[in-house]
Amino acid sequence: MNSFKVDPYEKWWMVASGIILVLFLLAVAVSAFSGFGLPGHEPHIDPSRVAVDPPFANPALVERGPGRYDVYMRAQIWAFAPNEIKVPAGSTVTFYMTSADLLHGFIIERTNVNVMVFPGQVTKTTARFDEPGEYRFFCHEYCGLAHHVMFGRVVVEARS
Amino acid sequence: MENPMSLNSFRLEEKLTAWHIGIALGALFLGTWFGPLQVLEHAGIDLYGKLAPGIKGYYQGLTIHGVLNALVFTTFFITGFLTFATVHSLKMKLRFPWINILGLGLMAAGLLMTAAPLLLNNATVLYTFYPPLEASSLFYIGLTLVVVGSWVEGFGLYFTLAAWRRAHPGARTPFVAFASVLTMVMWQIASLGIAAEVLVLLIPWSLGLVKGTDPLLARTLFWFTGHPIVYFWLLPAYVSWYGMLPKQAGGKLFSDPLARLAFWLFLVLSIPVGLHHQFTDPGISPAWKAFQTLLTYGVTFPSLLTAFTVVASLELAGRARGGTGLFRWIRKLPWEDPSFSAQALAIVTFAFGGIGGIINASYNIDLLVHNTLWIVGHFHLTLATTVVLSFIGISYWLIPKLSGKELWSVRTAQVQVWLWIAGVLPFSASHHLLGLRFSVPRRTMLGEAPYLSPEWHPLLLVAALGGVLLFASLVLYFVVVLGTVFASRKLAQPVEMPVADSVRDLQETPQWLDTWKPWLIGTIVLIVISYGPPLADLIRNANLSSAGLRAW
Repeated sequence: MNSFKVDPYEKWWMVASGIILVLFLLAVAVSAFSGFGLPGHEPHIDPSRVAVDPPFANPALVERGPGRYDVYMRAQIWAFAPNEIKVPAGSTVTFYMTSADLLHGFIIERTNVNVMVFPGQVTKTTARFDEPGEYRFFCHEYCGLAHHVMFGRVVVEARS
Repeated sequence: MENPMSLNSFRLEEKLTAWHIGIALGALFLGTWFGPLQVLEHAGIDLYGKLAPGIKGYYQGLTIHGVLNALVFTTFFITGFLTFATVHSLKMKLRFPWINILGLGLMAAGLLMTAAPLLLNNATVLYTFYPPLEASSLFYIGLTLVVVGSWVEGFGLYFTLAAWRRAHPGARTPFVAFASVLTMVMWQIASLGIAAEVLVLLIPWSLGLVKGTDPLLARTLFWFTGHPIVYFWLLPAYVSWYGMLPKQAGGKLFSDPLARLAFWLFLVLSIPVGLHHQFTDPGISPAWKAFQTLLTYGVTFPSLLTAFTVVASLELAGRARGGTGLFRWIRKLPWEDPSFSAQALAIVTFAFGGIGGIINASYNIDLLVHNTLWIVGHFHLTLATTVVLSFIGISYWLIPKLSGKELWSVRTAQVQVWLWIAGVLPFSASHHLLGLRFSVPRRTMLGEAPYLSPEWHPLLLVAALGGVLLFASLVLYFVVVLGTVFASRKLAQPVEMPVADSVRDLQETPQWLDTWKPWLIGTIVLIVISYGPPLADLIRNANLSSAGLRAW
C-alpha cells in the first residue's frame, strides 16, 4: 500500500480548518445552553378540530404572572389570530402556535423569534420584550395566493 | 478496450450529452425570465400583469423559476455532463448505452408531465411543494420520473466503470470518472427521501386514494434529499475545478489523493445533515438537530480541502506561466478564456457562499435568517453563481466540442461572465442585508405586502438592479450559445475534454481511496444513526390527517 503524502502547507490548512470549526461549534453550544434554543416536541393536536377545541378555538393572550404571558395563536390562510398583542415593556411572552390548514411561518422583527407553524403540531417559542415599540411579525412560509398579507404586531407599551 | 479511440468514436455519447444540455438550457432560458419579474415586483414594478392570462401571477412565476432553474436545468445538465465526463475520462464507451437513452427518455417524459400543470397554474406550490398545499398529481408523477430517469442514468455509468475496472485490474480509476460516478451514487442514496415522500405520501394523496397527509413527516423526507441535492449540484462543478480547470489554466492537480478524500467525505457527509433546514420546526428533538449541526460542520471540511487543493493547483498553473510573488501569479492565469474566468470567479464566490452556509447551519444562529431574503441571497451565491457560472464555464468548451463549432464571440462571453458577477454582488448583498436586518420574508410578493417598510426600499432597488444585470448576463449567454450552434464557423482545431494530470503519478494514490465498499457502508451507517431515531419517531407518530388545499 502506498503512503498518503500530504503537503505540509495543506496539513496546516487542515488543522486550522478543524480548529475554526471546533471554535464555531463551541460558540453555538454556549449560546444554546444559555437559553437561546430551538423548538421541539409538544403534544400533537388534531388539525381538523383546531377551530373548535380549546385553547386554539379562542386564541388569546393570557397573563401567567407579573410580566409573564402566554399567547395561544392560530395561523390560517391568510391571517394570524390574534394579530395584535399588547404587553408591557419587560414582559416575557411564550407563544404556543398551530395551523388550521397549511404550513405557515412566524418571524418577529428585531427579535430571535423565528419558527414554523404546522397543522397537527404545536410550536412553542419565547421572547422577552424590553424596549417599548411595535414589533411586527410576518408569515414567512408560502401559503398561497395572499401569503403576503399575513402579518400582525406585538405592541410593547412603556410602563407608567 | 485498450485501443486508442478515434475522435468520432463517442458519437452516440456526445449526441446523448447534447440532448441533455439542450433540454437543460431550454429550461434555464424559460425559467430565467421570472427572476427579474420577482425582484422588480419587490421594487414596486409589477410586470406580471403583462403576462396575463398566460401566467396567472407572482407565485406561479416563482414556482416556474424554481422548478425549471433549480430542479430541471441542474438535473439535465449534470446527467449529461457526467455521462460525457465519465466516458471521456475512462476513454471507454458506455457499456450499455440503452440504459442512458432510457434514462433520458424518462427524464424528458417527466419534464413534460411536470410542465403541463405548472403552466396551467395547477401546481403553484413552489419547488419545495410542501403539503398540505396540493398540486395536480401529474406534477408529482412527473418529478418522480425525472428523478427515476436520473437514477437509471447513474446505473449506465456504474456498468461502464465496472467494465473499465475489470479491464484494468489494479489501476486507479481516473479522477474525473471516479468523481462523476461518486456524484451519481451520492444522489441515488440521497434521493431515497424525496422518493419516499412522493411515492408513499403525496401521489396516493393527490390521487384521492388516502384522505390526508402528515406535513412534518413529508417535510422531513423532503429535506433528507433537499440538502444533499445541493451537493448533487455542486459536485459536478468540483469535478471540473479539480479535474479539468487546472489543465485549462496550464497546471496540474495539486493532490489526487486529497481530491479523492474530499469526494469520499462528500459521499459520507452530504446526506445526514438535512435537519439543519428544520431547526425552526416543531416536533423534532433539538438533540437531533444539534447532532446534524455537528455533521454539517463536518461536511464543510471537504469544501475547505477543496479550497486549498483547487487554489494550489491554480497557483501551480500561474507559476508555470511565469507568475511570481505571493499573489501576482493570479494575474498570469488565463483570464481571457471565458471558460476559465467563469469557473475561477465561481470559486471566489463560493468562499462567501460557504461562510453564509456555515451561519445557516449553526443551530440557533439560523433563527436570525431562516426563511428570510438572506436565504435567497445565499442561494444565488451558491447555486445560481457557484454552480451555474461553473456550468456556463464548462459549456464554453463543451458546446464547441459537441457542435463542432468555434465559440461565437469570445468577447461577448467574457463580458457575460463579468456582468454576472456585477449582477450577483448587489443582488446577493442586498438580499442578505434585508433578511438579517429587517427579517423580510422570502418567497413573498413584497410589492403587495401591507407591511412593506420604506426603509426596505433602497435595498430592494439594489436587489432589482442586481437581478436585471443577472438577467442581461444570461441573455448574452444565450446569444453566445445560439451563435455558436447556428452561426459560427467550424472548429479549426478539434476540442478535447480538458483532463488535468496529477502532480504525482496516479498509481501513488493509495488503494483505500479507490475502494468503494467501506465508504458506502460508512455512508449508510451514518444515515441510520443520524436519521434513524428522528424518522422512526415521526413515522410512529405519523398522523395522516391534513387534507390537501389548493390555496392559489
